[in-house]
Amino acid sequence: MEPGFLLEDVALLQALRKGDETAFAQLIDHYQASLLRLAMTFVSSHAVAEEVVQETWIGVLEGIGRFEERSSLKTWIFRILTNRAKTRGMRERRHAPLSPLGNSTEDPETPAVDPSRFQTAGYWVDHWKSLPRYWDDETPERLFLSKEGLAQIEKAISALPPIQRQVITLRDMGGVTAVEVCNILSIGETHQRVLLHRARSHVRRALEKYLEEGDSQP
Amino acid sequence: MTHDHFKNRMIDYLAGQLTCKAVTEAITDYLEGNLGLMERIRFQMHLGCCRGCRRYLRQMRLTLRTVGTLPKDPIPPAVRDELLQRFRTWKARSQT
Repeated sequence: MEPGFLLEDVALLQALRKGDETAFAQLIDHYQASLLRLAMTFVSSHAVAEEVVQETWIGVLEGIGRFEERSSLKTWIFRILTNRAKTRGMRERRHAPLSPLGNSTEDPETPAVDPSRFQTAGYWVDHWKSLPRYWDDETPERLFLSKEGLAQIEKAISALPPIQRQVITLRDMGGVTAVEVCNILSIGETHQRVLLHRARSHVRRALEKYLEEGDSQP
Repeated sequence: MTHDHFKNRMIDYLAGQLTCKAVTEAITDYLEGNLGLMERIRFQMHLGCCRGCRRYLRQMRLTLRTVGTLPKDPIPPAVRDELLQRFRTWKARSQT
């Protein structure tokens, strides 16, 4: 099921193995931000996350000769990061048993939408009591305009349990496919979908709350 | 599990009415192309006559776009330089 080796990977890999620095620069420019985000979900500080990403790149260079092209280059790089970050995360937790990241499999069950938004009785039970607002096409851009909007999105994402954060970071920010995510995080397809569902629903809820706060128009 | 519960419930609704609540729980399966043909038809039929759920789907799509287009922090030049330096070292070592 793994989409496998991509055509554009072939050229990039050849260039890398030949020692083409622009190919490596291209790779780091493309993946650095996503790798750092993913690393942040495993370890407790930005500094440690940065170290993990550095180690990942070293791992990429060391392993590139042995890379067997059974997965895409992207999956392979993200797997290296995940393995290193997990090791670091575990080491951190041994020294700090009360770390807030302590339970990385924590996965609370919450409905996608606040139950009070639905009718509780009658023929239309479980249908909308108050309709969701219409969000126009410029909603993301408008959120990005203000520091506060950006901070709210980041807050919503970082409030997620680590495993949900990992899934949404890979899928929706890293552009990684569902199958690749399962492979990178070693989780099953159904579990991946449940985690993605919870993560996306949570972020939507947070954005809705922020967008409509102090605004009582129905 | 809430998610599975609603998914099952949604399947039950193939013979009846699909609720908005069930739509909000099945939305990821819908977007992921994970609904069977009948479930999908039922979902779309609900959307066709429910403005609230059309808006909800729209909000969800815009949420995904928001998350996906978050401005990325550029690599600090020092970090980038260090990585490129490591690449040169690696290259020198691997080509001798």
